[in-house]
Amino acid sequence: MSGKDDTMFEEISDAWELVVGLEVHTELKTTTKLFCGCSNQFGSEPNTNICPVCLGLPGSLPVLNRHAVELSIRVGLALNCTVQASLFHRKNYFYPDMPKDYQISQYDLPLNIRGHLVLPSGHRVGIERAHMEEDTGKSSHLGGSGRISSASASLIDYNRSGVPLVEIVSAPDIHTPEQAREYVSELRSVLVAVGASDGKMEEGSLRVDANVSVRPRGSTELRTRCEIKNLNSLRSLGRAIAHEANRHIALYESGESPTQQTRFWDESGQVTGALRTKEEANDYRYFPEPDLVPLAPSQEWIQSIRDTLPELPQQRREWVMDLCGEATTNDRIETAISDELYPFLVATLRSGLSPQRVVARTSNELAAELPLPNYFSTERFVEICSLEERGELTPTQVKTLLTEATHDDAPISELIARLGLVAISADSLAEIVNSVIEESPAEWTRFVEGEQQLRGFLVGKIMKASKGKADGKVVGEMLVERVSAAKKVG
Amino acid sequence: MTADPSIFEVARAVQDGSQACLPTVEAILATIAAREPEIRAFLFHDPEQVLREAQAIDDRARAGDVVGPLAGVTVALKDNLTTEETPTTCASKILEHWVPPYSATVVERLRAAGAIVIGKTNLDEFAMGSSTENSAFQVTKNPLDTTRVPGGSSGGSAAAVAARFAHVALGSDTGGSIRQPAALCGVVGFKPTYGLVSRYGLIAFASSLDQIGPFGRSVEDAGALFEIIAGHDSRDSTSLDRPAPQVLDRKDRGVEGLRVGVVADLVNFCSPDVVRRCREAADGLARAGALVEEVSVPATTLGLSAYYIIAPAEASSNLARFDGVRFGLREEGADMTETYVKTRSAGFGAEVKRRIMLGTYALSAGYYEAYYGKAQRVRTLIIRAFDEIYRRFDLLLCPTSPTTAFRTGDKANDPMAMYLNDVCTIPSSLAGHPAMSVPFGEGDDGLPVGVQLLGPALSDPLLFQAAFVLQEMANEHKRLSAARLDRTDRGGDV
Repeated sequence: MSGKDDTMFEEISDAWELVVGLEVHTELKTTTKLFCGCSNQFGSEPNTNICPVCLGLPGSLPVLNRHAVELSIRVGLALNCTVQASLFHRKNYFYPDMPKDYQISQYDLPLNIRGHLVLPSGHRVGIERAHMEEDTGKSSHLGGSGRISSASASLIDYNRSGVPLVEIVSAPDIHTPEQAREYVSELRSVLVAVGASDGKMEEGSLRVDANVSVRPRGSTELRTRCEIKNLNSLRSLGRAIAHEANRHIALYESGESPTQQTRFWDESGQVTGALRTKEEANDYRYFPEPDLVPLAPSQEWIQSIRDTLPELPQQRREWVMDLCGEATTNDRIETAISDELYPFLVATLRSGLSPQRVVARTSNELAAELPLPNYFSTERFVEICSLEERGELTPTQVKTLLTEATHDDAPISELIARLGLVAISADSLAEIVNSVIEESPAEWTRFVEGEQQLRGFLVGKIMKASKGKADGKVVGEMLVERVSAAKKVG
Repeated sequence: MTADPSIFEVARAVQDGSQACLPTVEAILATIAAREPEIRAFLFHDPEQVLREAQAIDDRARAGDVVGPLAGVTVALKDNLTTEETPTTCASKILEHWVPPYSATVVERLRAAGAIVIGKTNLDEFAMGSSTENSAFQVTKNPLDTTRVPGGSSGGSAAAVAARFAHVALGSDTGGSIRQPAALCGVVGFKPTYGLVSRYGLIAFASSLDQIGPFGRSVEDAGALFEIIAGHDSRDSTSLDRPAPQVLDRKDRGVEGLRVGVVADLVNFCSPDVVRRCREAADGLARAGALVEEVSVPATTLGLSAYYIIAPAEASSNLARFDGVRFGLREEGADMTETYVKTRSAGFGAEVKRRIMLGTYALSAGYYEAYYGKAQRVRTLIIRAFDEIYRRFDLLLCPTSPTTAFRTGDKANDPMAMYLNDVCTIPSSLAGHPAMSVPFGEGDDGLPVGVQLLGPALSDPLLFQAAFVLQEMANEHKRLSAARLDRTDRGGDV
């Protein structure tokens, strides 16, 4: 995400406040589908993971997948929701990729209600509900604009039909495009952390709809909103929200009002367009699904799930921030607490190594080597970072060693020997510094007199003379010492 | 009059070789060949296949294999039960050529027990009707009087058993669709407690009401078939997690001390000859030692109105999938919406369309509370009224159908008159309770009358216990009349 470009697109009038609520659909990472035993695997040959149930053949019946319920409860608990006795409803509407022409979803009694999510910025977004439902199949419309109305033919892949979803509905607590992105990004981390989702927006495992309205700043009213469907990247999300808000503002400022609509984001034109108005909206005729019994998880079950919840991103963030203090940037911390890197960070921190240094090594050098090979254990990372901590290797040498150690499973000592990575002793370094000063007397004098630009020149010469074995930081400190010594003498 | 062997006896004889299956099946096929052109009970019937299966069972029995508790027993299946590789139509044009890739759980259980599927039987389209006249393909006649309807919606199954086209049959009952045709055709029909028989593979009409059940020429046969098909099925979430109840061991237990209430409110809807038979049945149970009392359960009369909201509401959703996209009829239109409209307009009959529209309306925004919501509250009211009455009574008794079999065409153009046929059967459907129709004498027109036993949830064995007694009384009555006729004849000779 290139911050500057996006914020340019996301400027909104100071007189108006943006009000956004997000509906995020996440596919659950179960082995099988929500109501049948078919495989829930992305990317199979079309129409290979199907059976009478997920094809909605006459006479077939749904049977609820217990693992999907467990993952849904994990999501609810991670979002601080209350888990309640719930009911499945049928949402009735016709569409070719929905085999039964109704979707089994939850309506007035969802599984998880009333939670919240605290964003890295500290902003708190209310969660109204997180309910279970089944996914539809996937249509590809051939010919025309790519929409069904103008298509010459449509192909339907029912592999996705019946894949378990959790729909997470936020309160209208989001007030900037940046907050919307932050919310989705944090929600994604939570879903991945609890093992509910693989979080792959590009594969559709996370799909976002945004309800957007604006109001005069300082007001608390909720004005007419428009729902923008299928915002499937953080970039589109921010831009679509800003565009839609500006459209509303322009309408209000010219004396008109927006009408309640479902809209889509046109990526190529960078505008939103109307799909259907409220009058054209479906009457879904919700009623309780008679083929399923009420879902009332026992308190014991809920507690046992709560007991196995992992550490959530916010908890990781707080812990690392406490250790590092102000000095480390948020970006570095966010990278270091990601699922792939966090175990390495934890291992180094638990070994008592300097927090700022290991956050830097984790979020920069180690992150650059993702995905890590299996033999690259947390112990291996601790061993390498300890060499730097004890001054046995310079940062430059550690970076070289890290790259090598993620590509070659030889023991660390062997790699060090092979690469000739021996930290230079303080005495030899002092000798090199002396000889560089002697070789460049004019530059040295100007440096002592305060010409700081020459610092790089001198450090460079010293590093070169040490064949990269010197620690740049130590060299810098040494130069400072020499300058003050020279000034005293002078 | 020698009684027929029960279906378990038929199977035992096949197993031990004392009566091979093939000759029995050949005799049944001959009966079908003779009368089916007039009765028209079957939508699918393949004599060759039936003969092959019969031969295979005899071969296995001779080889000493265990051929199952229903070995060689012929079963007719209502054509809303899916059968792998055999067409399943629901008597609807929209499914005319559909061949399911899987069999219903009950069909699997029958086959595992060694039963032979003799054919798929006619019904009112999607089980919506009470005369089997709503079939898109043919009108089935009542074997006892072919100017009359067999009842419905499981009219083909009832007629097949009454005409001896099969030993037994399966039907489905949503508001009386097993019990009413059983009464009109003079056979036993049983609707089990909701959840005792798996609905997997039953093409849904109204999911919260649909229940599969047996037809038999005797209480024994209906009970034997029920014991085979009942029991938990993990593929149906509403299937009760308990073993199949035993009902045959209730024979000869009698009704001494059983408290039986005769439901006065429902009796009032029925013709005098039907009411008379019901009172005779009540008197008979009293003579056999039951404590019989007339009771009023006013809530039961509300059942009809609630049913004709709830069942169409569920149907409007259940039948949405017949859209021409994946299976069945497709009438191509210029776009998707037109394809939906043309397919469904051409594929569904008038009664199905009527109920889809009723149900869609009842669930619509702004009307939901006034119709569907209210109907559900009435349903709760009826359940509570039953709960109350079953504190005082073990079983209830009332007629099954207000009249004996009516003439084909008489009610076909009057939906309200047709709906009223279900007034006595609907209350236990709404409550999910078991109910059974047992033949008990005849009406003034000489056609059979069925009396209905109702009980609370899971009282299925008790219903059978009382049904055995009623059957015994009805048979005794038949023997006496026959003997009387005999004497009169002889007297005439003298």
